Amino acid sequence: MRVPQSAPPGRIVLDAAGVGRALARVAHEVVERNKGTADLGIIGIRSRGDHLALRLQHEIRKLEGENVPFGAMDITLYRDDITRGADHAVIKSTEIPWEVDGKTILLVDDVLFTGRTIRAALDALMDFGRPRAIQLAVLVDRGHRELPIRADYVGKNLPTQHSEKVQVRLREDDGIDEVAIMPPTAASAAGDARGGARPARRA
Amino acid sequence: MFERRHLLGLEGLSAEEITFLLDTSESFREVSEREIKKVPTLRGRTIVNLFYENSTRTRTSFEIAAKRLSADTINLSASSSSAQKGETLTDTARNLAAMRPDAIIVRHPSSGAPHLLARHVDCPIINGGDGAHEHPTQALLDLLTIRSHKGQIEGLTVAIVGDLLHSRVARSNLFGLRTMGARVRFVGPPTLVPPHFAELGAELVSDLHEGLRDADVIMMLRIQRERMNGRYFSSLDEYSRLYCLSVEAVGKARKDVIILHPGPMNRGVEISSTVADGPYSVIMDQVTNGVAVRMAALYVLVGRRRGTEAAGEDVPAEPVPLRRAVAAE
Repeated sequence: MRVPQSAPPGRIVLDAAGVGRALARVAHEVVERNKGTADLGIIGIRSRGDHLALRLQHEIRKLEGENVPFGAMDITLYRDDITRGADHAVIKSTEIPWEVDGKTILLVDDVLFTGRTIRAALDALMDFGRPRAIQLAVLVDRGHRELPIRADYVGKNLPTQHSEKVQVRLREDDGIDEVAIMPPTAASAAGDARGGARPARRA
Repeated sequence: MFERRHLLGLEGLSAEEITFLLDTSESFREVSEREIKKVPTLRGRTIVNLFYENSTRTRTSFEIAAKRLSADTINLSASSSSAQKGETLTDTARNLAAMRPDAIIVRHPSSGAPHLLARHVDCPIINGGDGAHEHPTQALLDLLTIRSHKGQIEGLTVAIVGDLLHSRVARSNLFGLRTMGARVRFVGPPTLVPPHFAELGAELVSDLHEGLRDADVIMMLRIQRERMNGRYFSSLDEYSRLYCLSVEAVGKARKDVIILHPGPMNRGVEISSTVADGPYSVIMDQVTNGVAVRMAALYVLVGRRRGTEAAGEDVPAEPVPLRRAVAAE
C-alpha cells in the first residue's frame, strides 16, 4: 500500500523542514495552553497519527523535560462506514497503557478533512474512560468538514478542493517527510494518499 | 484478505486467508481486555445462533463475540425450535432468512448441514461444528493459541491424540495446520484412527509415547463416552491406561511443549488432572482466544457494507465424500 518513491509527487506544500517546524510550533502551543505537561497524555490515531504523536512527545520533552504518556489507537471498529477496502481491513492494535480518567488527552492525526475519523476517535476514547478534556492536533487541516469538529492545534491550514487528495508521507513509513496535494486522478491511481483518498475519510 | 462469503471449513483456505483471520483475531484480543468490552462495529446487525446440538462453550463464545461487537443475538436450539415439530433444516433456514439476519451460526449433527444452509439463504453462514466434518472456529482458535505461544506454526510437530474418527476439531486442525506448514501426527487406537487419514497428510501412530516424541504441541481430544460402548475399545479403563495424557507421557515431548484441549475435559480418562492444571496447559488461553477468533470471523463476514458482498460462491455443490465418515453414527 506504500506509494513508491518514484510516484509523481504532485504539488508539495510541506517539505521535511516544514513538517519539523510545524510540529515544533504545535509542541510549544500545547505546553503554553496547558501550562506545562501535568496530567497530559498523547494519543495518536493509526496509522501516521501515532508517528506524529511520538514526535510531539519528543518535542515536548525537549521543552519541558517531561515524558508525556503516549498511546496509539486504531479506530476502524468505530467507523460509520466500515467497508472491505484494502486500506482498513486489517485492524491494528490499540495501546493505551495508562488511565485516561481525569487526563487532558492530546489526540493527534495527520489530516483533518470531513471530521468523521475524529468523531470515531472521540467515541473510542470515551470507551477507555473519562478524560478531563480532549484537544486535537493535526498536521494538516484541509477543510471540507461534514461534522462540527475543529482542531485546537494545526500544523498547516491547507485550502483544497474537495476532489483533490492530500498525501502525507512520513519517514517512519515512507522514508520521507512530505505533504503534497495530488490531482484527483493521480492520487487515486497511487492507491494510498492519506487524508483525501482513503475512502473511509469521505462520507 | 478474506473474500469468501461464508466460513464453512478450513479445508481449501489458503495460508494467506488463515493468516489474515489470525492477525485480525489478535487485534480483537485487546477489546476483551478493556473495561468496556464493547465496540460499535456491528450495531444494528442481527446474528442467529442455530444450534441442533448441545453446546455451552461454542454458543456462549459466539454470543459474547457478537455482543462485544454490538450485534443483536438470537439463540435457537433444537429442543425449542420447530425441528421438534418436524420442520426440515431447509425450511427452517428459509424462514430464518426471511427475517433478514446478517449471519447464521449453525451447529448440526450432520456433516454438510451448514453447506446446505448456505445454498438456501443469502446471508453469511458460519459453521459452528457439523457432524464429524469441520469446526473451523475451534481450529482457528487452536492455531492462534499455538502461534501466540510458539511465534509461528510452520515447522512445528503437532500430535493430536484421542478419538480422531469422530472429531471435527481434528479434521479442521489437520487442514489448518498442514496449510500453515506444520507436521501433524494422529495418535490413538487403530479403531479410532482409520488409515485414510494418511491421505489427508497426517502421520498415524498408535503408541502414545511414540506419538508424543519431540512434539511441540499436544492437542488432546475428548473421548465421547456416549459413543464408546465397547465398540472401539473394550473399556474406558483400558483406554485411559493406554492413552491418558500423564506427566510421564508429556515427558516424551519437547521441554517447551504446550498442551491444548478443546473441552469439555474428561479428567482421568484422556488427560490427568496434574497435566490439565499443569504449567504446559494453555487450555484457558484457548477459551480466551475463542472469543477473539469469533469476533474476527463475524467482523470479516458481517462487517462489510451492504452491496459489497463477495460475489464469488464458495459453497461446494455437495459436501465432499471423504468425510462421509460417521454421519450415520
